Amino acid sequence: MTLWEFVGDRWSRLAIEAYQHASVVIQCTLIAAVIGILVGVAVYRSPLGSIVATALASTILTIPSFALLGLLIPVLGLGVAPTVTVLVLYALLPIVRNTIVGLGGVDAAVTDAARGIGMNRVAVLTRVELRLAWPAILAGMRVSTQMLMGIAAIAAYAKGPGLGTEIFSGLNRAGAANATNQALAGTIGVVVLALVIDGLYLIIARLTTSRGIRG
Amino acid sequence: MAEQSVAIELDEVTKRYPGQREPAVDGFTMSINPGEITIFVGPSGCGKTTTMRMINRLIEPTSGRITIGGEDTLSLNPDDLRRRVGYAIQQAGLFPHLTVAQNVGVVPGLLNWSKAKTTERVDEMLALVGLDPGEFAGRYPRQLSGGQQQRVGVARALAADPPVLLMDEPFGAVDPITRGNLQDELMRLQAELRKTIVFVTHDFNEAVKLGDRIAVLGDRSTILQYDTPEAILANPADDTVAGFVGAGASLKQLTLMRVRDVEMAQAVTATDDESPATVRQRLEAEGRRYALILDARRRPLRWVHFRQLSGSSMAGIGRPVGDQVSIQSTLQDALEAMLTEGGDAVVTGSRGEYVGTVQLDTVVTKIRELREEHAS
Repeated sequence: MTLWEFVGDRWSRLAIEAYQHASVVIQCTLIAAVIGILVGVAVYRSPLGSIVATALASTILTIPSFALLGLLIPVLGLGVAPTVTVLVLYALLPIVRNTIVGLGGVDAAVTDAARGIGMNRVAVLTRVELRLAWPAILAGMRVSTQMLMGIAAIAAYAKGPGLGTEIFSGLNRAGAANATNQALAGTIGVVVLALVIDGLYLIIARLTTSRGIRG
Repeated sequence: MAEQSVAIELDEVTKRYPGQREPAVDGFTMSINPGEITIFVGPSGCGKTTTMRMINRLIEPTSGRITIGGEDTLSLNPDDLRRRVGYAIQQAGLFPHLTVAQNVGVVPGLLNWSKAKTTERVDEMLALVGLDPGEFAGRYPRQLSGGQQQRVGVARALAADPPVLLMDEPFGAVDPITRGNLQDELMRLQAELRKTIVFVTHDFNEAVKLGDRIAVLGDRSTILQYDTPEAILANPADDTVAGFVGAGASLKQLTLMRVRDVEMAQAVTATDDESPATVRQRLEAEGRRYALILDARRRPLRWVHFRQLSGSSMAGIGRPVGDQVSIQSTLQDALEAMLTEGGDAVVTGSRGEYVGTVQLDTVVTKIRELREEHAS
């Protein structure tokens, strides 16, 4: 059986796994974005806070994903819980860092003018600062998503959802019929998904960034 | 919506920053007249910006009282206060992600004006600062020149028709020619709007040009002199102020006075139809050497010296009048005309007709009088 025939044969199953893969990555990116932006907003005015938050997020990223996943299984069990936890943790760094950099890069004259004409703290943040930092934050989310695409495959080790199941199963059965096809189908699926979602990011960036600040 | 001009009172206003021994602003007391432009001028770091920013509470005073139109600013919500006080700064501080129209409409939006009223107001404001709404409303700040950005900044500050306008070196970041234009524009606006404007600058010439009153500030925002530009130029309170006024105080004085403010002299006038002999007689009777030839509508044509009056006709003799000034011109323009013409400056009225001349002596006397008047 060639790879094409294998994909054709297993299409419905692969499609579901691809959907689950994309779904878990996107949802985890969104959760991480909410947490990351909140953390960034909380610390960006304090140089010390910014350093601590970035350092913590960087530390998480240095832990091998396979190890972190394995260590979480005794605590959180198998399946969705450890997968989501790991993915969210890994997605934090680019988002937190870019939020801090983006908010820090807003021209002081602009925020001063915003305060001076009568915007309150929340309005300055939501109507001016976050709007101007948005391209940077979105870039952080894009990096996180790309990273999570690969890490989500490893989550199959903890019986997580997605295309990682195919890869692990294929590699475990190495030598058996269609084992290589299975691992390849999973891997190529992840790559294709990643490219598609990256393209979506470009469209989203274009639609959500004001023409006045588009590079 | 147009509110009446309001006065601003600052009473013993002090700002101390934690960890600093000296206060940044120390017991600042000043009455700012309604409907006038009051300039805070002083060297960098003297606390003039800090003082101004306490008026709209971008910086909270440590102690003291500030009232706007009799209302204690500390009793108001700072955000509400700022919506009622226009604020324009150097670099304009426009929101880069919003269009020009959206920028100008921010404060009306904060005040919950209706969409229609806001749109109408935005167009009115853009036209007021000399930007065609049709062309500029949809542009983004980065598509504007520095001077245009500054105009939008002023339009945004004035959008909700605040009675008070605070301007922090608003023209500091543009080239000299644009700065001059923006200053002229502000004076034109102010003649129409009569806002109470507090304007911070470190450029004394700008202060003289724009100010109804100038406060020269020293360290910790101490008031070295608070007076009209004329009085400060004529009689600086101390050496520090004199140093700040700089060289050429008398020349700067001349920019503040108009030809109509001084007494004009009358030259011996003549027309081309008269005979040279009659004109010569008149000159001798008056003891003058030059006669001014006017045309049929009394517009000045030429200066004729009495030695040139020996022929049979007036036609074609004499030297054409070059620079002339109007009664609205500044004395500086008049002096310039005297220097280029090498004699008295010819003054013309609104239809170009001759009304008199200004003599160098008159200008010198006027300056001396001003100095004596403000010396007391």
